[in-house]
Amino acid sequence: MLAPVTTAASYLYRAAFELFERPMLAIQKMTGAQKIAWVFLLPNLLIFGLFTFLPIFLNFFYATSGSDRILLSERPYVGLENFSSLLACENYLDPNSCQRDIFWRAVHNTSWFVVLQVGFMILFSLVTALILNRNIPLRGFFRSVFFYPVLLSPVVVALIWKWVLQRYGVLNAGLEAQGLPIVNWLVEADWAFFWIVFVSIWAHMGFYTLILLAGLQAIPADVYEAAEMDGASKWRVFSKITMPLLMPTMVVVLVLSLIRAVQAFDEIFVLTGGGPGSATLLLLQFIYETGFAFRPQLYGLAAAASLLMAAVLMVLTLLQLRAARGRGED
Amino acid sequence: MLRSFLTRTRGRGRLDLTDWLTFGYLALAVVLMFGPVAWMALSSFKTESALQEYPPSLLPLAPIHVEVEGYDEPLQLFRVTGGEHEGKLLAQVRRIGLMSQMVDPQNPGERLQVNINDRVPEREFALAVENYSALFERFNFALYFWNSVFITVIATVITILFNSMAAFALSKYRFRGRTFVFILIIATLMIPPTINLVPIYLVVSELGMVNSPWGVIWPAVATPTGVFLLRQYMLTIPDDLLDAARMDHASEWRVYWRIVLPLSAPALAVLVIFSVMWRWNDFLWPLIVLTRSEQFTLQLALNSFQGDLQTSWSNLLAMTVLTLLPITIVFAFLQKYITTGIAQSGVK
Repeated sequence: MLAPVTTAASYLYRAAFELFERPMLAIQKMTGAQKIAWVFLLPNLLIFGLFTFLPIFLNFFYATSGSDRILLSERPYVGLENFSSLLACENYLDPNSCQRDIFWRAVHNTSWFVVLQVGFMILFSLVTALILNRNIPLRGFFRSVFFYPVLLSPVVVALIWKWVLQRYGVLNAGLEAQGLPIVNWLVEADWAFFWIVFVSIWAHMGFYTLILLAGLQAIPADVYEAAEMDGASKWRVFSKITMPLLMPTMVVVLVLSLIRAVQAFDEIFVLTGGGPGSATLLLLQFIYETGFAFRPQLYGLAAAASLLMAAVLMVLTLLQLRAARGRGED
Repeated sequence: MLRSFLTRTRGRGRLDLTDWLTFGYLALAVVLMFGPVAWMALSSFKTESALQEYPPSLLPLAPIHVEVEGYDEPLQLFRVTGGEHEGKLLAQVRRIGLMSQMVDPQNPGERLQVNINDRVPEREFALAVENYSALFERFNFALYFWNSVFITVIATVITILFNSMAAFALSKYRFRGRTFVFILIIATLMIPPTINLVPIYLVVSELGMVNSPWGVIWPAVATPTGVFLLRQYMLTIPDDLLDAARMDHASEWRVYWRIVLPLSAPALAVLVIFSVMWRWNDFLWPLIVLTRSEQFTLQLALNSFQGDLQTSWSNLLAMTVLTLLPITIVFAFLQKYITTGIAQSGVK
């Protein structure tokens, strides 16, 4: 059945080769066999230039200009007004006292979200990795069980849980059957926040479990054998051998999950839309709504907020890199 | 054999507490991880009225209709739970207020009166496939599916081409600035697109790509992850092989296309899987760039339907199942490659 597909694919592959061969040969005559490397690099660098490096600079222009125009030439320079309006706050612990109270609510929510989501996710991933590292039957199957949600799209993840958590959903039916009180999960603020943390752990922990499992399997077996010979207790083996040797992997996992958690958006946006009120509104949703969804589109404010987020991300990355290096030296 | 398999332990021959905890944890995990997905898949085969039911039934059930002599339309079957006809299976002719006129299918001549609180619908297992067919007839599902496939396939082909060309240049040539370019590309890992949304939108709109699939494709095709992955792999291809081809007057393009690309197939496969996953599941950027519903990808269509009160859960659930199906099938066949690929490269 696959034969026609592979034939067509190999035909296309050859056709593409012939299509580019002549022009590339002409270019090679001009550049020589070494400088042609730049020609190979060109498409990639062009894309990076247009969609990554240029935007970094443009971002500063947006952050220091006002109005709802997208063209930079039509935007008046306002200096640091966008930043000062975002940062104007009597008490940073109380979003209501801030000029941009929604922004600070988003900052608060995101901070809690990052701490809870990353903390519990790493805990569960570690426990799961330790269990999957044991000699259990059907290990491959169980590994896929945890990994499957990682591949699902955020929208699908959100809809799956929305269906379970709705007022007349299966969770409430189950609770009622047990005689327990039912809750309107996504309408009560604290529960909604619990569920965005839960659902994003559910969706992503398989990925970190996989990385930690690879880290565990890289620990040489003879270290454990030596410890067993010395009659070390299980806890001692775990705290003195497994954890220290797993530390480099843990740091990687911590950095990756922190960076992702700061930018969390998709599942939460579809699951709760930031609600009820702004109880589950996170930073990236604030940026999206300020810059794109709501009118007038405050591009300057959105750019300023994203630069603040970028600063946080950079600090996190550098701190973790230093932690990793410091540990590597001793 | 099965028994020895299930009772396999760490060599001591008896299940200790840790083994039980392990099995408990894993059993709970299967329910928690697969349960919600399975529940949604089952629910997607229920009729709209069955979805409104609370508490919900586990399996999709539909009311039974029977042909009764003397009536043109099939009549719905009920089991009577109280009153004088208790225990009988009757078909409803019509309902008048609190009373229902029923007939016994075996004896259609006689009309019986039953209180509506004394009867429950008889139901059987039935898949409401109309939830799925309606997606194609009324919801333009084919269009959204095509938009998603178009973006995924084209973006993946360009990603593979551009990133492998860059990786080839960075691994098989010596030139001034090579290290600088490599570090520059890797540094973009630190700059996620989410912090540059506004200016990227400017670039895309200046290029006239707002509300066009190309506005989603072009910003995504140069990935530092892809370049890094492919470069590391291409470093392992011996240079002698390339030099031998050059001796035979092969052009640099031929060396790249005919030798390096085929030899990099395993790394390319990993990148293909990643790219397909990334583009198929993309949400925030398409949400910003594509605002017209005829350009929507599946993810955007799902999102807009779920916010729309007009949309019934039955269609939404069916659409969700169809959206997760391609990824699930890919996963079922390739899960070993995906998991080892991710474990080795540490990217998602």
